[in-house]
Amino acid sequence: MSIAITTQFICFIVLSLVVIIGALGVVLLESIVYSAFLLGGVFMSVAGLYLLLNASFVAAAQVLVYVGAVNVLIIFAIMLVNKKEDLKPINDIKSRRIISTLICLTLLSLLIRVDLTNAWNLSSPQNSIGEESTIRIGEHLFSDYLLPFEVASVLLLMAMIGAIVLARRDVMSKDISTGLPVDQELIEKSSEPLLTNKN
Amino acid sequence: MNLESIPLQAFLIVSSALFCIGIWGLLNSRNAVRVLMSIELMLNAVNINLMAFSSYIDNNLIQGQVFTIFVITVAAAEAAVGLAILLSLYRNRVTVDMESFNLLKW
Repeated sequence: MSIAITTQFICFIVLSLVVIIGALGVVLLESIVYSAFLLGGVFMSVAGLYLLLNASFVAAAQVLVYVGAVNVLIIFAIMLVNKKEDLKPINDIKSRRIISTLICLTLLSLLIRVDLTNAWNLSSPQNSIGEESTIRIGEHLFSDYLLPFEVASVLLLMAMIGAIVLARRDVMSKDISTGLPVDQELIEKSSEPLLTNKN
Repeated sequence: MNLESIPLQAFLIVSSALFCIGIWGLLNSRNAVRVLMSIELMLNAVNINLMAFSSYIDNNLIQGQVFTIFVITVAAAEAAVGLAILLSLYRNRVTVDMESFNLLKW
């Protein structure tokens, strides 16, 4: 094993350990803020895995979009909805945990079995375009993937308008049910919840 | 052990583990923000799979990388809309507990 391969192995092992342990922290930690920052670490390590696969453009896109946009959005959402609340206990939480863990472990064993037993039809490394991948991605996006590329822009526009419409605070001059004037200061704090609990 | 490069199976196993952790978090989280984070973890697992296949099996045309870019786009749109839905839910219910969103339960 040459030193380059050894370095690649060490990088891969460190990055995958960070990915797996960080993901476990995201789902297991009590504090949601720690989870959000660990999620950023997981995204960065996934970008490192992409660099190991000779994909510098996708790694940069991963860092920009996931760490720069999605993670910041999640942290803003945590800031907006962060309220200490005592969760109602569920009576069958233990059996639910056990069943879901069993399902996940079964799925994991099935996936790993497929990964290891299938004979993958690997192509020879001589064909690899390596660092030219950014050029090839640009060619794809403007020739055979042109329609999905344009549809993606429409999708982003729709998502932007939809997010604005959903998250906008509706300012009403009077309450719908009672007809009384609404206190414009803190609508969601002063009024009763619109959808009351069924039980 | 004498290997020329990292085997494809190593990437596939990492992405399988990440996907299963995401599913576990999706099933067991009670905070709605954590559910969205689990969905992002699962999308990242799929992306690792696509990137590994594009590098090991289709390393000349790299269509997997193009697919990964589309998945990243859709994931960003999904996160924005999901968090907007979460905000309006919080405005109506004043909680983010998944167990209290039971209006569609029968």
